[in-house]
Amino acid sequence: METAQEVELVVTAEARPLGLARWRKTGARPYLLLAPSLFFLLLFTYLPIARVIRDSLYLQHLGDQAGRFVGLANYARLFADEKFRTALLNNLAYGAGTLLPTIVLAIAFAVLLQRSTRLNAVIRACLFFPTVVPLTAAAGLWIFIFLPNGGLIDYYLGPLGLRSINWLGNPDLALAALSILTVWKNAGYYMLFYLAGLQAIPGEALEAALLDGANGWQRFWHVTLPLLRPTTAFVVAIALVNVVTNVDHVIVMTHGGPNNATNLLLYYIFQTQTEFHDPGKATAATVVSLAALLAISFFGLRALERGIRHEG
Amino acid sequence: MAGVGFVWSTPFLWMIVAALRPEGYGPAELASLAPDFVPTLENFRLAWESADFLVNYANTLIVVCGILGVQLVTVTLAGYAFARLEFRFKEALFYLFLLQLMLVPPILIIPNLTTAVRLGIYDTLIGVMAPYMASAFGTFLMRQAFRAVPRDFEDAAVIDGCSFLALLRHVMLPLVRPTLVAFAIVSVVAHWNELLWPLMVVNSPKRQTLVVGLASFTQASEGAAEWGLIAAGTLLVTLPLILAFIAFQRQFVNSFMFSGLK
Repeated sequence: METAQEVELVVTAEARPLGLARWRKTGARPYLLLAPSLFFLLLFTYLPIARVIRDSLYLQHLGDQAGRFVGLANYARLFADEKFRTALLNNLAYGAGTLLPTIVLAIAFAVLLQRSTRLNAVIRACLFFPTVVPLTAAAGLWIFIFLPNGGLIDYYLGPLGLRSINWLGNPDLALAALSILTVWKNAGYYMLFYLAGLQAIPGEALEAALLDGANGWQRFWHVTLPLLRPTTAFVVAIALVNVVTNVDHVIVMTHGGPNNATNLLLYYIFQTQTEFHDPGKATAATVVSLAALLAISFFGLRALERGIRHEG
Repeated sequence: MAGVGFVWSTPFLWMIVAALRPEGYGPAELASLAPDFVPTLENFRLAWESADFLVNYANTLIVVCGILGVQLVTVTLAGYAFARLEFRFKEALFYLFLLQLMLVPPILIIPNLTTAVRLGIYDTLIGVMAPYMASAFGTFLMRQAFRAVPRDFEDAAVIDGCSFLALLRHVMLPLVRPTLVAFAIVSVVAHWNELLWPLMVVNSPKRQTLVVGLASFTQASEGAAEWGLIAAGTLLVTLPLILAFIAFQRQFVNSFMFSGLK
């Protein structure tokens, strides 16, 4: 009896590493596990990228699927298109105009609400909630908020001088209006990352600064903010991708107008394809956007890795 | 900060007040947040009747459940492979997956539309779902979760003669449940809210999703300056999200903390 048990133990102990090694290396299994994902990625990510690059070099006509090779002519037409250049500049302005305010607010919210009291939890929920709501729904509500003569801003901020401003109808203000909506929608989202980032800051760092006689603002500026740098890099990467990929509010609120003032890159692509039926320009603009996203990611991927490691 | 929280909530407060406000209020009172009236559900009735919200609801439910169902399979399998198995080209394949995190589907609407037409899934709900059935983000999350499971758990199951799928289902999946839930919440919210792709790939009104329906409803009502109606329609569309958010607030916050990229 005893010996049989001993033998069994020995056998198991020897079989263990061998069996597991084989288990982890069984030839086709890894590829079988990846196959379903790769199938969809191939159809809707890799092939489309290849196709859009190819199509951007061809001029297609109705009923002529393959088109005629025209080299970079589509790109030449694209950059000659004033509408596209405006969209590109708008997108830059929209990015620059939303990034800093959103991040400053997100940091401020996180710092001021980091203590977990019941009231703070409620306020955090109020600030975060816009993230969960469809941009389409938010845009619908904000049309009314921005309504001149009778909208929410007029009604409540009129006494402060913000009366009868045609936010969405004035080419000088429309993009700013969309930016305000964007800041409102995303600040609570980015706040979450900063709340996590703040939790990861060791208490000793702040205590040491306190002992050195640093006041609250100095502690924030010289200790907290530098330690939040990985979080900021991560948030900037996400925010930049959002700047390129979110256009629902443009579709609902302005259609890119007035006078192209709110036309963004992705909306230009959408419109060029669905309204102007110009696949040459639409595909060329897509390639330009892909290049922009790649550039963002090149900087963002490292931030992403650091950010995720940072979160634990 | 309480004041900031209040200001941040005013669009939703206005939505609720305006949706319940009876007709016949002048433009001056329409913007008031004060509930100084007898509430009525008339706006909801009109909104419900003027758009096909029931069909849109069903479509959105099918789309979010369909996407999530397939995603759970694809990301679990791929996540496990990247977390635990050794194979050739592992790193290269991993970067190939990450490509989808960077070159996100919305930017590929033009070529994806061509693909949908060629595959015969244009103007179908399958077409709405297809580009999202693999998720680099989900794969990445699952990889991290599987990595955190102690090897001993798995080793014990393997030695007990557990088959591979049984191991995955009965040992690994229960251990990574919080990650699965987090991914599920982010996925459902993201696809519930999506406008651009469903707008492009679907043509028939009876296959429109909720948000697409809301977008055209909003534009029609805006033209007629029916603000109470817009408020009611928006509330109808966002109500499930609001209720789910109130009920599962902690899970929502935790999930989105994970999310970074959708």
